[in-house]
Amino acid sequence: MSAFLFWVFALMMLIFGAAVIINRNPVASALSLVVSFLALAALFISLDAYFVGIIQVLVYAGAIMVLFLFIIMLLDLRAEELRKINWIASAGGVVVAFALIVQIFSVVGSFQVARQPFPPLARSTSDDVHRIGLLLFGNYNLPFQIIGIVILVATIGVVMLSRRESR
Amino acid sequence: MVTLGDYLIVSGILFAIGFAGVMLRRNIIIILMALELMLNAANLSLVAFSRFHVDSSGAPNYNAQVFVFFIITVAAAEVAVGLAIVVALFRLRRTTHVDDITTLRF
Repeated sequence: MSAFLFWVFALMMLIFGAAVIINRNPVASALSLVVSFLALAALFISLDAYFVGIIQVLVYAGAIMVLFLFIIMLLDLRAEELRKINWIASAGGVVVAFALIVQIFSVVGSFQVARQPFPPLARSTSDDVHRIGLLLFGNYNLPFQIIGIVILVATIGVVMLSRRESR
Repeated sequence: MVTLGDYLIVSGILFAIGFAGVMLRRNIIIILMALELMLNAANLSLVAFSRFHVDSSGAPNYNAQVFVFFIITVAAAEVAVGLAIVVALFRLRRTTHVDDITTLRF
Protein backbone atom coordinates (compact mmCIF):
# COMPACT_ATOMS: atom_id res chain seq x y z
CA MET A 1 0.00 0.00 0.00
CA SER A 2 1.85 3.02 -1.21
CA ALA A 3 1.06 6.30 0.55
CA PHE A 4 1.82 8.28 -2.61
CA LEU A 5 -0.71 6.33 -4.69
CA PHE A 6 -3.29 6.64 -1.92
CA TRP A 7 -3.07 10.42 -1.93
CA VAL A 8 -3.05 10.63 -5.74
CA PHE A 9 -6.23 8.59 -6.05
CA ALA A 10 -7.90 10.20 -3.02
CA LEU A 11 -7.28 13.70 -4.41
CA MET A 12 -8.45 12.60 -7.86
CA MET A 13 -11.63 11.18 -6.36
CA LEU A 14 -12.35 14.33 -4.34
CA ILE A 15 -11.52 16.80 -7.13
CA PHE A 16 -13.68 15.03 -9.69
CA GLY A 17 -16.38 14.51 -7.05
CA ALA A 18 -16.43 18.27 -6.50
CA ALA A 19 -16.48 18.76 -10.29
CA VAL A 20 -19.73 16.74 -10.40
CA ILE A 21 -21.55 19.35 -8.39
CA ILE A 22 -19.73 22.39 -9.83
CA ASN A 23 -20.21 21.72 -13.55
CA ARG A 24 -23.33 23.25 -15.05
CA ASN A 25 -23.39 20.85 -17.98
CA PRO A 26 -24.97 17.48 -16.96
CA VAL A 27 -22.78 15.51 -19.41
CA ALA A 28 -19.59 16.97 -17.87
CA SER A 29 -20.96 16.09 -14.42
CA ALA A 30 -21.61 12.50 -15.46
CA LEU A 31 -18.13 12.11 -16.96
CA SER A 32 -16.55 13.57 -13.79
CA LEU A 33 -18.54 11.04 -11.80
CA VAL A 34 -17.03 8.21 -13.90
CA VAL A 35 -13.48 9.40 -13.13
CA SER A 36 -14.36 9.78 -9.44
CA PHE A 37 -15.70 6.21 -9.32
CA LEU A 38 -12.63 4.84 -11.11
CA ALA A 39 -10.37 6.51 -8.52
CA LEU A 40 -12.58 5.07 -5.78
CA ALA A 41 -12.16 1.60 -7.33
CA ALA A 42 -8.38 2.14 -7.15
CA LEU A 43 -8.75 2.98 -3.43
CA PHE A 44 -10.71 -0.25 -2.91
CA ILE A 45 -7.91 -2.20 -4.59
CA SER A 46 -5.36 -0.41 -2.35
CA LEU A 47 -7.37 -1.86 0.58
CA ASP A 48 -6.91 -5.41 -0.86
CA ALA A 49 -10.62 -5.58 -1.76
CA TYR A 50 -10.24 -6.75 -5.36
CA PHE A 51 -13.79 -8.06 -5.79
CA VAL A 52 -15.39 -4.83 -4.56
CA GLY A 53 -13.03 -2.77 -6.73
CA ILE A 54 -13.94 -4.72 -9.85
CA ILE A 55 -17.67 -4.59 -9.03
CA GLN A 56 -17.27 -0.83 -8.60
CA VAL A 57 -15.85 -0.48 -12.11
CA LEU A 58 -18.37 -2.85 -13.70
CA VAL A 59 -21.55 -1.69 -11.98
CA TYR A 60 -20.92 2.00 -11.28
CA ALA A 61 -18.48 3.18 -13.93
CA GLY A 62 -20.10 0.81 -16.42
CA ALA A 63 -23.81 0.23 -15.97
CA ILE A 64 -25.01 3.11 -13.78
CA MET A 65 -23.08 5.79 -15.64
CA VAL A 66 -24.31 4.52 -19.00
CA LEU A 67 -27.84 4.80 -17.58
CA PHE A 68 -27.20 8.41 -16.48
CA LEU A 69 -25.70 9.39 -19.84
CA PHE A 70 -28.53 7.65 -21.68
CA ILE A 71 -31.16 9.57 -19.71
CA ILE A 72 -29.31 12.88 -20.23
CA MET A 73 -29.24 12.13 -23.95
CA LEU A 74 -32.91 11.08 -23.98
CA LEU A 75 -34.08 14.24 -22.22
CA ASP A 76 -31.76 16.38 -24.37
CA LEU A 77 -30.59 18.46 -21.41
CA ARG A 78 -28.45 21.46 -22.20
CA ALA A 79 -26.24 23.31 -19.79
CA GLU A 80 -28.55 24.93 -17.30
CA GLU A 81 -29.26 28.55 -17.90
CA LEU A 82 -28.32 30.72 -14.95
CA ARG A 83 -31.33 31.10 -12.78
CA LYS A 84 -31.66 33.40 -9.86
CA ILE A 85 -29.79 31.59 -7.09
CA ASN A 86 -31.45 31.30 -3.71
CA TRP A 87 -28.48 32.57 -1.72
CA ILE A 88 -29.87 31.74 1.71
CA ALA A 89 -30.48 28.09 0.78
CA SER A 90 -27.05 27.82 -0.91
CA ALA A 91 -25.25 29.35 2.08
CA GLY A 92 -27.14 27.00 4.37
CA GLY A 93 -26.05 24.00 2.32
CA VAL A 94 -22.39 25.07 2.33
CA VAL A 95 -22.45 25.79 6.08
CA VAL A 96 -23.99 22.40 6.90
CA ALA A 97 -21.49 20.58 4.65
CA PHE A 98 -18.58 22.41 6.31
CA ALA A 99 -19.98 21.63 9.76
CA LEU A 100 -20.09 17.97 8.70
CA ILE A 101 -16.43 18.06 7.59
CA VAL A 102 -15.33 19.76 10.83
CA GLN A 103 -17.25 17.21 12.86
CA ILE A 104 -15.72 14.29 10.96
CA PHE A 105 -12.22 15.74 11.47
CA SER A 106 -12.80 16.13 15.20
CA VAL A 107 -14.29 12.63 15.61
CA VAL A 108 -11.56 10.90 13.58
CA GLY A 109 -8.90 13.04 15.33
CA SER A 110 -10.04 11.89 18.76
CA PHE A 111 -10.32 8.26 17.61
CA GLN A 112 -7.14 6.56 18.92
CA VAL A 113 -7.49 3.42 16.76
CA ALA A 114 -7.57 5.55 13.60
CA ARG A 115 -3.92 6.55 14.06
CA GLN A 116 -2.65 2.98 13.81
CA PRO A 117 -1.49 1.72 10.41
CA PHE A 118 -3.34 -1.21 8.84
CA PRO A 119 -2.28 -4.58 10.31
CA PRO A 120 -0.50 -6.86 7.82
CA LEU A 121 -2.44 -9.66 6.16
CA ALA A 122 -1.20 -13.23 6.73
CA ARG A 123 -2.05 -14.25 3.19
CA SER A 124 -2.99 -12.78 -0.15
CA THR A 125 -6.62 -11.76 -0.67
CA SER A 126 -6.62 -12.80 -4.32
CA ASP A 127 -9.25 -15.45 -3.44
CA ASP A 128 -11.69 -12.92 -2.00
CA VAL A 129 -14.34 -13.73 -4.63
CA HIS A 130 -14.38 -17.26 -3.19
CA ARG A 131 -14.64 -16.00 0.41
CA ILE A 132 -17.37 -13.45 -0.37
CA GLY A 133 -19.26 -16.01 -2.44
CA LEU A 134 -19.21 -18.49 0.48
CA LEU A 135 -20.55 -15.77 2.82
CA LEU A 136 -23.22 -14.67 0.32
CA PHE A 137 -24.59 -18.17 -0.25
CA GLY A 138 -24.08 -19.26 3.37
CA ASN A 139 -24.59 -16.72 6.17
CA TYR A 140 -26.27 -14.13 3.96
CA ASN A 141 -28.42 -16.44 1.88
CA LEU A 142 -31.76 -14.85 2.85
CA PRO A 143 -30.61 -11.23 2.28
CA PHE A 144 -29.14 -12.35 -1.04
CA GLN A 145 -32.51 -13.72 -2.16
CA ILE A 146 -34.28 -10.60 -0.89
CA ILE A 147 -31.91 -8.44 -2.93
CA GLY A 148 -32.89 -10.52 -5.97
CA ILE A 149 -36.54 -9.68 -5.31
CA VAL A 150 -35.58 -5.99 -4.92
CA ILE A 151 -33.96 -6.03 -8.36
CA LEU A 152 -37.01 -7.78 -9.85
CA VAL A 153 -39.41 -5.27 -8.30
CA ALA A 154 -37.24 -2.37 -9.48
CA THR A 155 -37.21 -3.78 -13.03
CA ILE A 156 -41.01 -4.14 -13.09
CA GLY A 157 -41.39 -0.67 -11.56
CA VAL A 158 -39.15 0.91 -14.18
CA VAL A 159 -41.09 -0.75 -17.00
CA MET A 160 -44.39 0.42 -15.51
CA LEU A 161 -43.14 3.97 -14.94
CA SER A 162 -41.65 4.46 -18.37
CA ARG A 163 -44.54 2.95 -20.32
CA ARG A 164 -46.47 5.50 -22.28
CA GLU A 165 -50.04 5.58 -21.06
CA SER A 166 -52.51 4.39 -23.64
CA ARG A 167 -55.92 5.91 -23.27
CA MET B 1 2.17 5.50 6.27
CA VAL B 2 -1.53 5.57 5.45
CA THR B 3 -3.73 5.01 8.49
CA LEU B 4 -7.38 4.13 8.94
CA GLY B 5 -8.05 7.77 9.85
CA ASP B 6 -6.89 8.96 6.41
CA TYR B 7 -9.42 6.74 4.67
CA LEU B 8 -12.16 7.83 7.09
CA ILE B 9 -11.42 11.52 6.50
CA VAL B 10 -11.34 11.10 2.71
CA SER B 11 -14.63 9.23 2.89
CA GLY B 12 -16.11 11.94 5.12
CA ILE B 13 -15.07 14.70 2.72
CA LEU B 14 -16.60 12.76 -0.20
CA PHE B 15 -19.83 12.42 1.79
CA ALA B 16 -19.83 16.17 2.51
CA ILE B 17 -19.34 16.89 -1.22
CA GLY B 18 -22.31 14.69 -2.05
CA PHE B 19 -24.37 16.33 0.68
CA ALA B 20 -23.50 19.82 -0.56
CA GLY B 21 -24.51 18.67 -4.06
CA VAL B 22 -27.95 17.59 -2.84
CA MET B 23 -28.39 20.89 -1.00
CA LEU B 24 -27.06 23.22 -3.70
CA ARG B 25 -28.05 21.80 -7.05
CA ARG B 26 -31.58 22.11 -8.41
CA ASN B 27 -31.35 19.61 -11.24
CA ILE B 28 -32.82 16.21 -10.29
CA ILE B 29 -30.25 14.25 -12.30
CA ILE B 30 -27.34 16.03 -10.57
CA ILE B 31 -29.03 15.39 -7.21
CA LEU B 32 -29.17 11.67 -8.04
CA MET B 33 -25.43 11.75 -8.91
CA ALA B 34 -24.67 13.44 -5.58
CA LEU B 35 -26.67 10.70 -3.82
CA GLU B 36 -24.41 8.15 -5.53
CA LEU B 37 -21.36 10.01 -4.20
CA MET B 38 -22.72 9.75 -0.65
CA LEU B 39 -23.41 6.01 -1.00
CA ASN B 40 -19.88 5.49 -2.28
CA ALA B 41 -18.41 7.43 0.64
CA ALA B 42 -20.15 4.97 2.98
CA ASN B 43 -18.76 2.07 0.92
CA LEU B 44 -15.21 3.44 1.23
CA SER B 45 -15.35 3.61 5.01
CA LEU B 46 -16.88 0.11 5.18
CA VAL B 47 -14.06 -1.35 3.08
CA ALA B 48 -11.46 0.53 5.15
CA PHE B 49 -12.88 -0.96 8.36
CA SER B 50 -13.00 -4.38 6.69
CA ARG B 51 -9.26 -4.17 5.90
CA PHE B 52 -8.47 -2.83 9.38
CA HIS B 53 -10.24 -5.66 11.20
CA VAL B 54 -7.94 -8.59 10.40
CA ASP B 55 -9.20 -11.81 11.99
CA SER B 56 -7.14 -14.62 13.56
CA SER B 57 -6.53 -16.39 10.24
CA GLY B 58 -5.00 -13.18 8.86
CA ALA B 59 -7.82 -12.36 6.40
CA PRO B 60 -9.79 -9.08 6.31
CA ASN B 61 -13.35 -9.12 7.64
CA TYR B 62 -15.38 -10.07 4.58
CA ASN B 63 -18.74 -9.30 6.20
CA ALA B 64 -18.24 -5.61 5.41
CA GLN B 65 -17.47 -6.42 1.77
CA VAL B 66 -20.69 -8.45 1.51
CA PHE B 67 -22.48 -5.40 2.91
CA VAL B 68 -20.84 -3.20 0.26
CA PHE B 69 -22.05 -5.66 -2.38
CA PHE B 70 -25.62 -5.24 -1.09
CA ILE B 71 -25.29 -1.45 -1.02
CA ILE B 72 -24.10 -1.39 -4.63
CA THR B 73 -27.03 -3.59 -5.67
CA VAL B 74 -29.60 -1.44 -3.89
CA ALA B 75 -27.98 1.73 -5.31
CA ALA B 76 -28.29 0.32 -8.84
CA ALA B 77 -31.99 -0.43 -8.29
CA GLU B 78 -32.51 3.00 -6.76
CA VAL B 79 -30.88 4.81 -9.69
CA ALA B 80 -32.94 2.84 -12.20
CA VAL B 81 -36.23 3.67 -10.46
CA GLY B 82 -35.18 7.29 -9.83
CA LEU B 83 -34.27 7.91 -13.45
CA ALA B 84 -37.52 6.27 -14.61
CA ILE B 85 -39.41 8.70 -12.37
CA VAL B 86 -37.39 11.59 -13.85
CA VAL B 87 -38.32 10.48 -17.37
CA ALA B 88 -42.01 10.18 -16.45
CA LEU B 89 -41.87 13.61 -14.81
CA PHE B 90 -40.13 15.14 -17.83
CA ARG B 91 -42.87 13.84 -20.12
CA LEU B 92 -45.47 15.50 -17.92
CA ARG B 93 -43.79 18.82 -17.09
CA ARG B 94 -40.90 19.26 -19.58
CA THR B 95 -38.49 20.10 -16.75
CA THR B 96 -35.92 18.48 -14.46
CA HIS B 97 -35.63 21.51 -12.22
CA VAL B 98 -36.89 20.86 -8.68
CA ASP B 99 -38.13 24.44 -8.22
CA ASP B 100 -40.64 23.88 -11.05
CA ILE B 101 -42.18 20.84 -9.36
CA THR B 102 -44.05 22.15 -6.35
CA THR B 103 -47.32 20.21 -6.39
CA LEU B 104 -46.59 18.61 -3.02
CA ARG B 105 -45.24 21.78 -1.44
CA PHE B 106 -47.04 22.62 1.80
